[in-house]
Amino acid sequence: MIYWQLFFTFFKIGLFNFGGGYAMISFLQNEVVYKQAWLTTAQFTDIVAISQVTPGPVGINLATYTGYTTGGIWGAGISTLAVCLPSFILLILAGKFLFATREKYSLAWRILRLVVIGLIAAAALTLCNGENFVDFKSVLLCAGAFLAVWKFKRGPITVLLASAALGLLLY
Amino acid sequence: MLPLMERELVGPYLSKQDFLDITAVAQSAPGIMAINVAILTGYRLCRVPGACAAALGAALPSFIIILLIALFFRKFAENPFVQRVFMGVRPAVVALILVPVFTLAKSAGVTLKTVWVCVAVALAVWLLKISPVYVVLVAVLCGVLFGKKERAQ
Repeated sequence: MIYWQLFFTFFKIGLFNFGGGYAMISFLQNEVVYKQAWLTTAQFTDIVAISQVTPGPVGINLATYTGYTTGGIWGAGISTLAVCLPSFILLILAGKFLFATREKYSLAWRILRLVVIGLIAAAALTLCNGENFVDFKSVLLCAGAFLAVWKFKRGPITVLLASAALGLLLY
Repeated sequence: MLPLMERELVGPYLSKQDFLDITAVAQSAPGIMAINVAILTGYRLCRVPGACAAALGAALPSFIIILLIALFFRKFAENPFVQRVFMGVRPAVVALILVPVFTLAKSAGVTLKTVWVCVAVALAVWLLKISPVYVVLVAVLCGVLFGKKERAQ
């Protein structure tokens, strides 16, 4: 059943996703694109782009959109609920305990910070395939966008709008 | 989203200190930060019903907006105009994900001694397709075990 699969997949992501929206991209890729093959890399990249330019938490945006594309409106509702449920249960039952682990198990938390960086790098690398990079112009677009954000401190919305305009011009 | 939440919550619902405590606890849990803050704020004010209401309120606007966009996008995804737009957008998305790798590495104080963890995780997940779930589990396990040793010494 697609609804159960969506529920389990997003519950698992909600339970293990440390490190915010960017790290979540890596979890989603592994589950939704690689294991379940619900979406192609290009479709998935489009979803990430859309969740960057819409308001609200990226995690909710990603869950809703992926859920909708795979299971319609019900799929969207179930995925969004499932991704929030683990932290809901954990925070209400064990919020104090979780917070105490930051001091008690500080090494684990320090390692998790490094892991999150690796996960985000893996997310970016996994997106570097023939679906997203069709020719050398794509490589230039990527390099340009990187410089715009890193060096010139442009926001994601500006960069994505500019790259959309360039897409129209170049292709 | 956090600065926005602080502006709305501190004063009528929470004290500044409460908000800081709540953000700290929210960061200690997995999941979506903004939703976690909503859950804890709602719980503090009205227990479980409050937590449900706050989480729902925090998620619903994006849920509706994304649903509308998805409805629209399903119709127009094949449109050649939209296709061209996304051919430009896709490489830029890769860049947007790449930037936080470097900003986080800076703020986490990654050194030559610790960078191998990031590299190993990236390679394992990218090339070997190992699930990030296992990576997180192994990291927590190692942290707890070696942390014990560290404290014992």
